Amino acid sequence: MKAYDIVVIGGGPAGLAAAVSARKSGVKDILVLERDKELGGILNQCIHNGFGLHTFKEELTGPEYAYRFMEQLYEEKIPYKLNTMVMDISKDKIVTAMNREDGVFQIKAKAIILAMGCRERPKGALNIPGYRPAGIYSAGTAQRLVNIEGYMPGKEIVILGSGDIGLIMARRMTLEGAKVKVVAELMPYSGGLKRNIVQCLDDFNIPLKLSHTVVDIEGKERVEAVTIAKVDKTGKPIKGTEERYTCDTLLLSCGLIPENELSRNAGVEMNLVTNGPKVNESLETNIEGIFACGNVLHVHDLVDYVSEEAKKAGESAAKYVKDEQVESDESKTIEIVATDGVRYTVPSTLNVDRMEDMLTVRFRVGAVYKGKYVSVYLDGERIMHNKKKIMAPGEMEQVILIKNKLKEQDNLKTITVKIEEN
Amino acid sequence: MRDVVIIGAGVTGSAVARELSKYDLDVCVLEKEEDVCCGTSKANSAIVHAGFDAKAGSLMAKLNVRGNEMMDELSKDLDIPFKRNGSLVVCIHEETKEGLKDLYNRGIENNVKGLKIIDKEELRKLEPNISDNAVAALYAPTGGIICPFELNIAMAENANENGVEFYFNTQVEKIYADEDGIYHIKTNNGEYKTRYVVNAAGVYADVIHNMVSEKKIKITPRRGDYCLLDKEVGGHVSHTIFPQPTALGKGVLVSPTIHGNLIVGPTAVDIEDKEGVNTMADGISDLISKANDHVKNLPMKKVITSFAGLRAHEDNHEFIIKEVEDSPNFIDCAGIESPGLTSSPAIGEMVGNIFKEKLNLKEKENWKKTRRGILNPSALSIEERNELIKKQPAYGNIICRCESISEGEIIDAIHRPLGARSLDGVKRRTRAGMGRCQAGFCSPKTMEIINRELGLSYEKITKCGGKSNIVLGRTKGEK
Repeated sequence: MKAYDIVVIGGGPAGLAAAVSARKSGVKDILVLERDKELGGILNQCIHNGFGLHTFKEELTGPEYAYRFMEQLYEEKIPYKLNTMVMDISKDKIVTAMNREDGVFQIKAKAIILAMGCRERPKGALNIPGYRPAGIYSAGTAQRLVNIEGYMPGKEIVILGSGDIGLIMARRMTLEGAKVKVVAELMPYSGGLKRNIVQCLDDFNIPLKLSHTVVDIEGKERVEAVTIAKVDKTGKPIKGTEERYTCDTLLLSCGLIPENELSRNAGVEMNLVTNGPKVNESLETNIEGIFACGNVLHVHDLVDYVSEEAKKAGESAAKYVKDEQVESDESKTIEIVATDGVRYTVPSTLNVDRMEDMLTVRFRVGAVYKGKYVSVYLDGERIMHNKKKIMAPGEMEQVILIKNKLKEQDNLKTITVKIEEN
Repeated sequence: MRDVVIIGAGVTGSAVARELSKYDLDVCVLEKEEDVCCGTSKANSAIVHAGFDAKAGSLMAKLNVRGNEMMDELSKDLDIPFKRNGSLVVCIHEETKEGLKDLYNRGIENNVKGLKIIDKEELRKLEPNISDNAVAALYAPTGGIICPFELNIAMAENANENGVEFYFNTQVEKIYADEDGIYHIKTNNGEYKTRYVVNAAGVYADVIHNMVSEKKIKITPRRGDYCLLDKEVGGHVSHTIFPQPTALGKGVLVSPTIHGNLIVGPTAVDIEDKEGVNTMADGISDLISKANDHVKNLPMKKVITSFAGLRAHEDNHEFIIKEVEDSPNFIDCAGIESPGLTSSPAIGEMVGNIFKEKLNLKEKENWKKTRRGILNPSALSIEERNELIKKQPAYGNIICRCESISEGEIIDAIHRPLGARSLDGVKRRTRAGMGRCQAGFCSPKTMEIINRELGLSYEKITKCGGKSNIVLGRTKGEK
């Protein structure tokens, strides 16, 4: 069996950045496994701009952003395998993978970085009533058809869900000559970034109907019409509010789900809110030497944050491989509690001895909050209280914890992150 | 002129086709859809029923029990998975406990083997997730699970390998017998002449029957909504869990599927539209509440798809398998609703016997009893798999990541007898697109393979034939 110091599962933005950072931290022996025919992951089909404003201080397209990291991978001469599907990861870090050339092969890894990304919530999971004809696609599938294959999934479009890919596709399909009739969103707020609502819907006069859902799909062979209706506070459609749109296509952009089947099989413990692994300050899972970053860990809004997180995962994996992890007692693990409007935090635990001088804790909120405060408590003591103009579920938030401040707190047990009225 | 024309390539038509392919007969099958297994056969509970439910002495009871018996050998011959996981009819009200005894007695009369009534302790041992209200259950160890697509497809392929021709996209418009008693079947694809007709048209069996008979029958489409859950929760129950039956049928069951998902359904609503496979919001919510009566903690958040199927319900709730009285040599297989899937091989056998009585049938010498299924590489050892990939690298290229389906399997599905021509055709043969992402990732890749292997342009590739095209033209830059 071949052995590597670090095997990175996935060659998208997270995997690339993690591999490069592990190499820069001094690990020679790294292998990246990618299931698609190119590196870059989902960014390859994201041909719109707006990537990299934080990382490179310029506006790049998805493929350009990915290429910046691919170049670094090539420069560092980090080996990678394309068209290679990882079939299994075991608790003792044996990776089983397969491709056309090598067949099924196994690799013993000292450390593994999970960077498999996420998938779209499928139509089936939404229990939409009606027929099941052709013409119902997740927004990402439509994006691939248009941007990679060069085909139009349809000409008259209704979109359910206002996730970012759906918003981007509303604009993309419009530019390609399709008519996007309406975007319906079940929740009273959009799941996407504000800038995408402005640039992809408002600029093209595409109506966004909040608190609406699809109540019927017509068409036995191909979609012929879609009926949407307003929903009440519990999400139930309100009779009499139905509006029927003739169309040939229904696109779905109803959320992303981290792809953790491999992680689960390996015994990695999951966070039930994010559907990603539970990780500590080093982005290490409950299994020693298995790290996670990017959308497999939690769904991000901006790829810049994926890169930043992946860099950290690469550094942590390198420390683990080189046996440079700071010795510390498990009993010193502190839980980070997300409550009062904060849905989760990543990481969800930390060890003060092992953390860097500063630790970024990322989270999302469960509703739209205007003029509210993000507060951090060390046990009972409030150490942070920042007023935010607006916070929304579609945008990630963060707080930065300072090691020295945590050290000052005697016998610290929990850190709490919450939203406060005042 | 043909000896026999079978109308319908569902599980019934295909079972009859396979049976008749044993004999020296010129047989063909006409199917209005683009593939086999497109109607009732594709959307049902995927259960091999034990046979205690049907009325004692009925044809349904007889063929159910016989079909069940035949399934072990048939599944081996056709190289398809089948498992006797056992069925449990669960009683949740002390006052209806007697009903279980009635069901038990009926089962004994129907000659169902191994039946037993178990108390709640034993039930709980068998099924830890059974409802806390459960008081007892009828246990039928011969109940099983099977893939309806594979059973249907395998019987059709085997029939085809043995000389039966299948004509797809061929809809019967009119049938009449001439003065010599020869049937003329007019279709959208020309006329077929034949001495014998087998009507296996599912929910349309009444329409076909009524074309040649004054003694009209009526088939009511009885719609059932289903939910299919992720394999992650496929082990929530290990037996097929039924409620106690009612006048409308066997009720909402919860069962593992042969491929490891969990299936919940069906509802039962009589409708008019014979193509009315639209799911209903209240249907799905009804389903969930009923399933929860018998199984606790059902993880309904793990639903990966919901769908509806139609049962071909005949007014007397009985199979009609016989020569039409006022239309000689025209044989009905009508009213084939549950337990139709289970009964299908026995229906084939019975129709074969009808023909044996009418004709001096000569068995083919070279009839091939077995069919090679699509290879399942995940059942191979690593060494065997590597041998395979060395010879055919396409088996090393995973296309459907959720179900781990390789390019090799998809190519096989396209090029085998009665091969797949659409995304659904590939899906039903290989399971590519059947997993938790519901074809989100693999559709474009499968299209690429269909385009290459069949020379079909992207614009012509469909989900399931007809006007179900996946794309509607090129983007601006590609025009």
